[in-house]
Amino acid sequence: MKKKLLVMLLAAAVTTGTMAGSVYAGDEGKVINIYSWNNEFRERVEAVYSEVEKTSDDGTVTTLKDGTEIHWIINPNQDGVYQQKLDEALLRQADVSDDEKVDIFLSETDYVNKYTDADAGVAMPLTDLGIDPETDLADQYSFTKTTASDQDGVQRGSTWQCCPGLLVYRRDIAMDVFGTDDPEAVGEKVKDWDTIKATAEELKAKGYYTFSSYADTFRLYGNSIEESWVAPGETTLKVDQKIMDWVKDSKEWLDAGYFDKTVKGQWNDDWNKSMGSASKVFGFLLPAWGIDFVLSKNWDGDEGAWAVTNPPQEYNWGGSYVHACEGTDNPEHVKDIILALTADKENLLKISREKSDFTNTLSGMQEAASDDENFSSAFLGGQNPFKYFAPVAENIKIAPLSAYDQGCVELIQNTFGDYLQDKVDFDTAKANFETAIIERYPDITEIQWAE
Amino acid sequence: MTKKRKSISYAKWGYIFILPFFLCYFIFSLIPLADTIRYSFFEYYRSGIKEIGPNFIGMENYASLLQSDMLKYGINTLILWVIGFIPQIVVALLLAVWFTDIRLKIHGKQFFKVVIYLPNLIMASAFAMLFFTMFSTNGPINSILMGAGIIKERIDFMGTAFGTRSLVGFMNFLMWFGNTTIMLMAAIMGISVDIFEASELDGCNSLKRFYYIILPLIRPILAYTLITAIIGGLQMFDVPQILTNGQGNPNRTSMTLIMFLNNHLKSKNYGMAGALSVYLFIVSGILCFFVYRMTNDNDPDGSKAAAKRKAKEERRRRR
Repeated sequence: MKKKLLVMLLAAAVTTGTMAGSVYAGDEGKVINIYSWNNEFRERVEAVYSEVEKTSDDGTVTTLKDGTEIHWIINPNQDGVYQQKLDEALLRQADVSDDEKVDIFLSETDYVNKYTDADAGVAMPLTDLGIDPETDLADQYSFTKTTASDQDGVQRGSTWQCCPGLLVYRRDIAMDVFGTDDPEAVGEKVKDWDTIKATAEELKAKGYYTFSSYADTFRLYGNSIEESWVAPGETTLKVDQKIMDWVKDSKEWLDAGYFDKTVKGQWNDDWNKSMGSASKVFGFLLPAWGIDFVLSKNWDGDEGAWAVTNPPQEYNWGGSYVHACEGTDNPEHVKDIILALTADKENLLKISREKSDFTNTLSGMQEAASDDENFSSAFLGGQNPFKYFAPVAENIKIAPLSAYDQGCVELIQNTFGDYLQDKVDFDTAKANFETAIIERYPDITEIQWAE
Repeated sequence: MTKKRKSISYAKWGYIFILPFFLCYFIFSLIPLADTIRYSFFEYYRSGIKEIGPNFIGMENYASLLQSDMLKYGINTLILWVIGFIPQIVVALLLAVWFTDIRLKIHGKQFFKVVIYLPNLIMASAFAMLFFTMFSTNGPINSILMGAGIIKERIDFMGTAFGTRSLVGFMNFLMWFGNTTIMLMAAIMGISVDIFEASELDGCNSLKRFYYIILPLIRPILAYTLITAIIGGLQMFDVPQILTNGQGNPNRTSMTLIMFLNNHLKSKNYGMAGALSVYLFIVSGILCFFVYRMTNDNDPDGSKAAAKRKAKEERRRRR
C-alpha cells in the first residue's frame, strides 16, 4: 500500500511538475518494458509515435513527452533465446515490482499462438485495454486479426505489418529466357503451379534454376495447411496433406533440376550466395521484409536488377505481433502505443514509405498500390511493389495455428531435407521427424501422417 | 598470568582459506548436481509457457531413454572422439619426443610451441563456423579444388556421414594436439637426463628409448591426458552442434550425447535431461575407473605379484 502510494505520488509529481498538458492520468507506472528480438519495433515507434521525446544513445531507453520511459529489452531470436528470456519474465510477472513488469511484448507468426493461448493468460484481450477490434482495427487485414486471436476468437494482439509474399525475379534472366522482363508477362508464366512447372523447364534449358532451394517453396504449402499441426487441447500431431505435397513436389523439382542442389535449406551461406550476381537462380519467394532485409543485403550487382510479380499461390510469411502483457501497470500507454502503431492509417503509410514495410491498412495499401510516385522502389528498378502485394494480401487464407508450429516447421524441413537430398529413404525421414518432434515437445503422444 | 598454550595449530587457517572454494562448490555445483539427479525421477517440462510437473514418475525417464536412440548417439560420440583422439595422441607423442630430444637440436622450438597451441585459443564454435563456411558446397575449399582441376564436381562434404565425422574429428585434432604436446613435453622433460645418457651408452636406439624409457615413465601424465580427453569427448557438442546446425546431419549420424541432451533442454525437459545426465555420469565414472586401472599399473614387470605369491607359498609351507 505504501509503495503504491509512493509510486502514485512520484508519478503525480512528474506529470504535474514537468509535463504539464499530458494526456495521461497520473496513476500509470513510469516505466514501460517492451520485450523484442531486434530494433524493428523501436525504430517504428520512434518514427511515428508522436509522444516520443528522445531515445538514449545506446538505444535501450526511449523517453516519452510525459516523462514515462520505455525500456527496450532486446534478446536475439536465434536458438530460441528471445522466447526463453521472455518466458522467464512472464513467469515472474506476478512477483516483481510494477516497474519491472513486462508491459508489451512482441511475437512472430510462428509462435504467436503460444502466447495468445487463453489458458496461458499472458496476452491481454484487446477489449480489456479498451480497444474494440471491430471499430478501431476495422481497416486491418482480417487474417492478421485471426492470427492474433485465441481459440475462442478473442483478439489478443495487433500488428503493424502484413507479410504477403511475392515472386522476386532477376530481370536479366527473364530477358534471356523469355525475351521480356515485364512483370505482367513474367507473372503470366508463373501464375499457378502447372504453369510455373512448364516455365521451370524453359529456365532449365537455358541453364537456370527456378528457385534456390526446396525450402523456398515451403511457406506456400506450409502456411496453407487445412488443419493446425496440433488441435487445441489435443496431443496428437497431424502432418497435413499440404506438407506431404511439399515433400513430393520438392522431390520432383529437385530431381528435375529446377532447384540448385548445392543449396540446402535457407538462412545459410549457400542460400545467401544464390542471391548474388554470380548465381543462376531465377527467383525467390519473399515478402516485403525478405526483399528489404535479405535479398537487397545479399545482392552485389546494380540496383534495378530485380522485379516482383505475382507468386504461383497467395501466401503469407512472417509478421510481428504486438501484445499487451497481462499485469501491465501502464494500460493507457500500452493502448495508445498499440493504436498509434497498428491502427493509425497515416502512421502506417509513413512506415510503408520510410521502411518499405507492407503495412496493415487495407485502404492505405490500396492507395499505395496506385501511388507510383511515393511507393516505387529503386532496388526493383522503379517498380511499385505494392501493386502486387496488395491483391495477394487480400486473398491470403491464413493457416490455423498451434503453439507447436515453430518446431514443426523447423523440424519437418530439416528431417525431410535429408530425404530430398537422397541421404535417407522416406520412412527414415518420417521416423527422424517423429523422434525429433517428441524430443522438442514431450507432450506429443502420437503422430499421424496424411495419406 | 596467561595459560600456556599446549600447541599452536595452524591447520584451522588452512581450512578457513579453502572454505570459499567449498562454499562455492556446495552452492553452485553440489546442490544443482543433487537437483539434477532428483529431477531425473520427475516428469518436468514446459509446454508453451505452461509448466508441466514436477510429477514423480520413478524410473520412467530412464526406461524411455533406453528405448530411444541414446545408444546410437553414444556410438556416434565414440566414433567422433576416436577419429579426433588417435591422430591427436600419435602426433602429440611424436612432436613431444622430437622437441625434447637434445640431439636433434630443433631451432625455434618456442615458436613452434606457440603455433601448435594457437588453434586452441580460438573458441570451438568460431572454429566450427569457420570450417562450416570453408567446406560448404559453394565454399572456398570447393572453389580451390575446382580451380586447380582436382575435382570436376563440387563435393558435398557435409552431406555424408563420413565427411561430417571426418571434419569434426579433424577439428578436434587440430584444436587439442598442441595442448597435449605441451603436456607430454613437460612429462618427458621431467625424466632425468642421466637415464637417457646411460641408455645411450648401452647402445639403446631411439625406438627402444621411446618404448622402454619414455612411455613407462610418462605413464601418469598419459593417464591424465586420456582421462581428460575421455571426459572432454563425452561432453563433445560445440563443434558438431555448430557444424550441423544442431541437427547432427545427415540422418543424425553426428549427433552426440550432449546434443541429444540439448534437444531435451529446448522444451526445458529437466526430467529427461536429468536422467540422461545420470547415465552420462555413470558411463564416465566407469570409463575413468578402467583407464585409471590400466595406466596406473604399479607393478609393470610383475615382480610385486611374484613376490606376493612367493610370500604366500612361504607361509603355507611354514604351517
